[in-house]
Amino acid sequence: MAEQIALEITRYSPERDKTPSMEEFEVPLRKEWVVLDALNYIKDKVDGSLSFRWSCRMGVCGSCGMMVNGEPKLTCATFLNDYAPGPIRVEPLKNFPVMRDLIVEISDFLAKLSKVKPWLIRKKEKPISEGEYLQTPEELDSYRQFSMCINCLLCYAACPVYGLDPLFAGPAALALAQRYNMDSRDEGKSERLDVLSQHDGIWGCTFVGECTQVCPKHVDPAGAIQQYKLTAAQEWVKSLLMPWGGK
Amino acid sequence: MLRYTEYPPRGYRVRVSTYWWTGRRAYLRFILRELSSIFVAWFVLETLFQINALAGGPSAYSDFEQFLRNPVVIASNVISFLFVLFHAVTWFNLSPKAMAVRLGGKRVPAALIAGPNYVAWVLISAGVAWLILRG
Repeated sequence: MAEQIALEITRYSPERDKTPSMEEFEVPLRKEWVVLDALNYIKDKVDGSLSFRWSCRMGVCGSCGMMVNGEPKLTCATFLNDYAPGPIRVEPLKNFPVMRDLIVEISDFLAKLSKVKPWLIRKKEKPISEGEYLQTPEELDSYRQFSMCINCLLCYAACPVYGLDPLFAGPAALALAQRYNMDSRDEGKSERLDVLSQHDGIWGCTFVGECTQVCPKHVDPAGAIQQYKLTAAQEWVKSLLMPWGGK
Repeated sequence: MLRYTEYPPRGYRVRVSTYWWTGRRAYLRFILRELSSIFVAWFVLETLFQINALAGGPSAYSDFEQFLRNPVVIASNVISFLFVLFHAVTWFNLSPKAMAVRLGGKRVPAALIAGPNYVAWVLISAGVAWLILRG
């Protein structure tokens, strides 16, 4: 029989269980298999009731984020072999309510994301006949890193501030706000300032820095937030010096 | 559209443990960095007391020196010094994250942002040491 590896997986059914519990499964240890493959093997061959989110299998969709041995990981990019001989503990993303097994409730994040207006804001749209809003490679480069975010929420699972204070806007939403603030085509900085510069915005961040460490797309949300703190502080001084309107 | 509530009633919530910072080395390092501010404050207080003693005349100052010779004070000053070093080093190392300086379309490397902080630190420390030790 081929080599096996044990997975300890969180099981929780809101209809049946009061609290989540762990269940152990044995799966074949194949060198090309990632944790997501093991979960799909269990769902197909062992227990069809196991619930988890996944889609693209290649680190683009951001659906399969889970805690693997206590670390927030994209399970499609986490190889079983790296954890051999196991067992591997797979749990739902930390800091979110668990809905079923490995699925977490993320509407809190979605609401926070839309609050920071992560889209291009123009004071006045130019007519289509005038063509696109052009941008130089340097201008693109200034925010490109922050635009790589796939909303996988590993950063929220790594952020103790979000765990302790659920009102905190959180790393990804703030990094994406900064992504649009730094876009040369955007004119919405002042609209975002009020949301970002409140206590639950950037000032909630105490710069633990783990969001940046766990980000699978190297977005560096911690950097984005600290950079925006600098901007917000400058805006505050400006508003003190020019109360009649420095915006 | 799904109605948003600040605290979704659905789902099982895990309360964050009071000891969450013991779970990961990075969290522990962060808490130590935050804690270091207490030791920075201790040095500030000590300096203020020193200035106060200096203003109080020679006998007040020699009392203050006596206080500094207390083994408990020496031990707490050594610990505070280590924490202040930790505070300064981590602060300087984090500065490039907050300052994204771009020159000629390229982001200035982190070492060039953190480096001048260290240089200024060494120069100012050397200046202070010279002032105190020159005789």
